Amino acid sequence: MLSSSSLLRQSTSTFRPRSLPKSNLLRSHPSTSNPSPLNAISQRTNLIRSLATVADPPVRHYGGLKDQDRIFTNLYCRHDHGIKGARSRGDWHKTKEILLKGDSWLIQQIKDSGLRGRGGAGFPSGLKWSFMNKPGWEKDPRPRYLVVNADEGEPGTCKDREIMRGDPHKLVEGCLVAGRAMNATAAYIYIRGEFYQEASHVQQAIDEAYKAGLIGKNACGSGYDFDVYLHRGAGAYICGEETALIESLEGKQGKPRLKPPFPADVGLFGCPSTVANVETVAVAPTIIRRGGKWFAGFGRERNQGTKVFCVSGHVNHPCVVEEEMSIPLQELLEKHCGGIRGGWDNLKGIIPGGCSVPVIPKDVCEKVLMDYDSLKDNQTSLGTGAVIVMDKSTDMIAAIARFSKFYKHESCGQCTPCREGTTWMMNMMDRMVEGRAQEREIDMLLELTKQVEGHTICALGDAAAWPIQGLMRHFRPEVEARLAGFHAKHGQVLYGGKLLSDVDTRYAIPDNLGGDAQRSIAAV
Amino acid sequence: MSLARSALSAIQRPLYGAGRRTFTSSSSRRSESLFVHRDTDYNNPSIPFTFTPDNLKRAKEIISRYPPQYKKAAVMPILDLGQRQNKGWTSISVMNAVAELLEMPRMRVYEVATFYTMYNREPVAENFLQLCTTTPCQLGGCGSSKILHTIQDHLKISPGQTTKDGKFTLIEVECLGACSNAPMMQIGDDFYEDLTPETTIKLLDALATGEKPKPGPQTGRKTSENAAGLTALTSKPLGPGEMCVPEFA
Repeated sequence: MLSSSSLLRQSTSTFRPRSLPKSNLLRSHPSTSNPSPLNAISQRTNLIRSLATVADPPVRHYGGLKDQDRIFTNLYCRHDHGIKGARSRGDWHKTKEILLKGDSWLIQQIKDSGLRGRGGAGFPSGLKWSFMNKPGWEKDPRPRYLVVNADEGEPGTCKDREIMRGDPHKLVEGCLVAGRAMNATAAYIYIRGEFYQEASHVQQAIDEAYKAGLIGKNACGSGYDFDVYLHRGAGAYICGEETALIESLEGKQGKPRLKPPFPADVGLFGCPSTVANVETVAVAPTIIRRGGKWFAGFGRERNQGTKVFCVSGHVNHPCVVEEEMSIPLQELLEKHCGGIRGGWDNLKGIIPGGCSVPVIPKDVCEKVLMDYDSLKDNQTSLGTGAVIVMDKSTDMIAAIARFSKFYKHESCGQCTPCREGTTWMMNMMDRMVEGRAQEREIDMLLELTKQVEGHTICALGDAAAWPIQGLMRHFRPEVEARLAGFHAKHGQVLYGGKLLSDVDTRYAIPDNLGGDAQRSIAAV
Repeated sequence: MSLARSALSAIQRPLYGAGRRTFTSSSSRRSESLFVHRDTDYNNPSIPFTFTPDNLKRAKEIISRYPPQYKKAAVMPILDLGQRQNKGWTSISVMNAVAELLEMPRMRVYEVATFYTMYNREPVAENFLQLCTTTPCQLGGCGSSKILHTIQDHLKISPGQTTKDGKFTLIEVECLGACSNAPMMQIGDDFYEDLTPETTIKLLDALATGEKPKPGPQTGRKTSENAAGLTALTSKPLGPGEMCVPEFA
């Protein structure tokens, strides 16, 4: 009786009895079950029902950040970026009290806030900063450095630029607060050389802060000495990699170092250092002032906080905007960027995190949330939060091929797989754009990307490989169609792009040029 | 980038399979840029270069930012200083002067100057146009290819070349980090954003007459906000201590 009625209830509706005794669950456990058949049925249904009673977590919608919760209040340079304007927007307010809280309190606040590095890798910031305070660090006589990575070079990314133009004081104060948390003695801000205006704004902020006694000896009157220096780069994407940045700051070629030793042990000038992104550092004072819990209130678990997104490409109104983490990608585009050119249905694909991450097609774009985990689940990555939108008019192959050219140009040349691999990838992609390739070369290209990925000192090799893998994962039919179109027009192609019609057929064609393919074509 | 600076860049790669390659022909040139220095009448070590007293003062200030035993860390900013003094390009004499100033081996300076693309090792014109052609600029706005064609047609030069009157040098560069304001171009130190063919020509004409047009977006936009009106930051920013935890309020 009981069992049939409960079965009926189960099948007709998803009604969930709230007051189900817990013992039901216990009883239905197989190891404690009674062998009687009637009991077994009732217990099975109990089991089913009791599992169904687990309430779904309440659906929370992310996005729709209010102005009062935006950290970068001068992102659009509508207000004064100098110290007077910055102070009126709440910067440098009670910084002394913050500094006097001490390193472990500050790091705990950052840990509570759930802040993850905004430079692309998404490493928990509180944890990273705590690596600087190993037991016995006080006995180490070496100076300690915070290095701010403002070498924003990832195509699609333009967030740090807006932060440094509009809110340079947030960055300088962030250096002080983050520096205090990791007991650093000085901060170096490595800004890319092309950012002249941004560099002058930051330099102005540093000078003003020194003048007001906010940094330097006895910073903010807290008894803590802290210097901030600006260093301008000279146009090398690779210097965005932390160890390359350190090398470059030491006045050498920006070639990444092997890790270990990690920068927290041996970094800049052989001293303990931590490299952090501009956004990560600049949000720190506001997080401390408003409490780690406030920051953790945004976004999904493990992806908390707010994030500056930069949208470029085929949207009606590209812009840079600070939004809540975990905002649906579609909402981000429609709310802040006026939607895709020609409507959502005109969308072809989106690169959600700067040029190093794989592209995702329209159906994935519809469901994906802009945070580390959701994008990772969809085989891509949040990266720097740089959304590059491509509508149906885009030649996807050419767009990715341009990235390959970028990586070829920016490879530092230290590791062979990357130096040679990026050139090969560029050459092959250039041929794919035209269609001058054999279908098997798609797999060869993919194999090549796998041989570069993970075999280099830094992640540039991986970054060069991923866009191609993403292209082939989602748009392979388009590539194949391009090749077929070329073959229909010009005839078969050998490996390496030579037309079969150009080959001297009096001699055998070696297999490594596609001779086997010629035979199979002949067989057809 | 640096390749574009050498005249060789103008030579396009040969088409695939366009003619059989015999055993005697050399392989195509793969290297992007000529790292070797060859003495020329305008670039050789006997051309004197010394920092002006003003710049020496600045250099001293820059060197003081780094630990005293790491004087060479200042090589990048000092090279930049030298390049600015030397009309926008880094000759071998500039590099030697920097090496002397920083007491480091010359080769270490050459290494740095050849690695980073912002050190022009060939002379450039006073209006140094650096057009970004990476994918976001290629896609955004009207697309950088259109801007490139506009500049090429207007100035009658291709990337890597200087106009006959010596007023403009054009190169293609990789992402300059203003992707929401695509397509964009850096002229000297300034970013000119949201370009269209019309505004590009207007810019070039103004530069040719010696004016300095206003940097930034060339449309009505101020920075990188939504062009149709602000979607964020419309209210007055919070003041000091507002909405903070009690101890920092």
